[in-house]
Amino acid sequence: MGYKAKFRVWRGEGGEGRLEDFTVEVNEGEVVLDVIHRLQATQAPDLAVRWNCKAGKCGSCSMEINGKPRLGCMTRMSTFEETETITVTPMRTFPVIKDLVTDVSFNYQKAREIPSFTPPTDVKPGEYRMQQIDVERSQEFRKCIECFMCNNVCHVIRDHEENKPAFAGPRFLMRIAELDMHPYDTADRKESAQQDHGLGYCNITKCCTEVCPEHIKITDNALIPMKERVVDRKYDPLVWLGNKIFRRSG
Amino acid sequence: MTQTTAENSARKQRAQIKVRTLRTDRWWLAPALTFTGLMTFLVYGFWAIFDQSYLAEPYIAPFASPCLATACPEGARLFGLAPIGDWYTWPPGLLILGLPAGFRLTCYYYRKSYYRSFWLSPPACSVAEPHGKYTGETRLPLIIQNIHRYFFYFAVIIGLILTYDAVLSFRDKDGNWGHVGLGTIILLVNAILILAYTFGCHSCRHITAGRLNHFSKHPIRYKAWTFVSKLNAKHQQFAWASMFSVMIADLYVRLVAKGVINFPFA
Repeated sequence: MGYKAKFRVWRGEGGEGRLEDFTVEVNEGEVVLDVIHRLQATQAPDLAVRWNCKAGKCGSCSMEINGKPRLGCMTRMSTFEETETITVTPMRTFPVIKDLVTDVSFNYQKAREIPSFTPPTDVKPGEYRMQQIDVERSQEFRKCIECFMCNNVCHVIRDHEENKPAFAGPRFLMRIAELDMHPYDTADRKESAQQDHGLGYCNITKCCTEVCPEHIKITDNALIPMKERVVDRKYDPLVWLGNKIFRRSG
Repeated sequence: MTQTTAENSARKQRAQIKVRTLRTDRWWLAPALTFTGLMTFLVYGFWAIFDQSYLAEPYIAPFASPCLATACPEGARLFGLAPIGDWYTWPPGLLILGLPAGFRLTCYYYRKSYYRSFWLSPPACSVAEPHGKYTGETRLPLIIQNIHRYFFYFAVIIGLILTYDAVLSFRDKDGNWGHVGLGTIILLVNAILILAYTFGCHSCRHITAGRLNHFSKHPIRYKAWTFVSKLNAKHQQFAWASMFSVMIADLYVRLVAKGVINFPFA
């Protein structure tokens, strides 16, 4: 059974804008993105929204629905009361291009700053041999769909623009953890995670984990293990001594 | 409702929305409950440290164990010894509680809970924090959180001592085995929860095998890691359960010692 829903959508360009009210038809089984598309088709043809797969796998339609970072295509209308006003805004951490579309190039910049996978020089491609249990930890992180909602929700940059140069955000600290845990990666990631990518800014309040549409345990499985690895390298004298005595690489 | 602002030049390209959050759910409830729970624990702990009724043989209150000074009654001393000697006459809890307190204070879960509920950094996800500046755990004093693993080592010892106390509570007042009172069960449940919380710690997970990149070369450590990971997945639940269980166990023993609880199977 269809009904008329009240929507409040942020409209504007380059940061300046306002919340505009709409009343729009909703049909059974629809998601928020469907309703946004109906808005485009019927009332606001110039409404900008980024979307692609409508299946929760491309990470394009990240937006904030009633203040929470969500994928528009995975947020069912049935989770709201019919009388509720649904507020849809663009991601708050990134600059707005137009309406619900944000400029997420901050994330691409941070991705480029991480040195790529660095295999040992004496192992040629095709010679890599790994056990499943050695790679499955990292495989969890490969589920990431690059929706950037974790970076959007992280208060380190959401509430403090000035931290952006120093902090890579949970998405890319997870990438560093993924590489550092890789059996064949030889690059030194621990020192740079702390110094260059701002791991110390993370105060593990777990919002990244809460919003992840792929349910990746970003904090427990990537950020905290990476923090512990940094402790090994920088703050634990016993590990340092052990590494010296047994000639281990830290 | 028109909302246009230009708060500061660095942020002006973001969507300028003046309100602190657009969340419509009760986002304040979790930090409020956490604040209340942690404050309850702090207030109780402060009272318990200075309360002298900590021994009701065969039970010893967890907040006073291990009792290491000559001033402790004989039944309260760990292995009957008093390694600290007779110079220490202050409450026994004052001597040792810094270790489990430090363990919880630097615990990754508790950090989340008090950063959110006490420091509001942030109070909840996508709710703006009230602070103008943020440096996280990059400098003093919060960089000290990195010593968590050292508190973990001491917490293991304390956890084992509380387990030993729970085992001793299967004896009666005269030292004969076979006694089971309500206190025995409470101390036993507390010890199990404390151990589950302690061994589910993120540092423990790292130490067992988390620091390795080749699990396949260390099958025993990998097995230990998988077990710790299971406990770790419930770390928040064990943190709360063990915090309340230690408070309940401690209060129970003190009430027995004071004679407030005096039924036959106490």
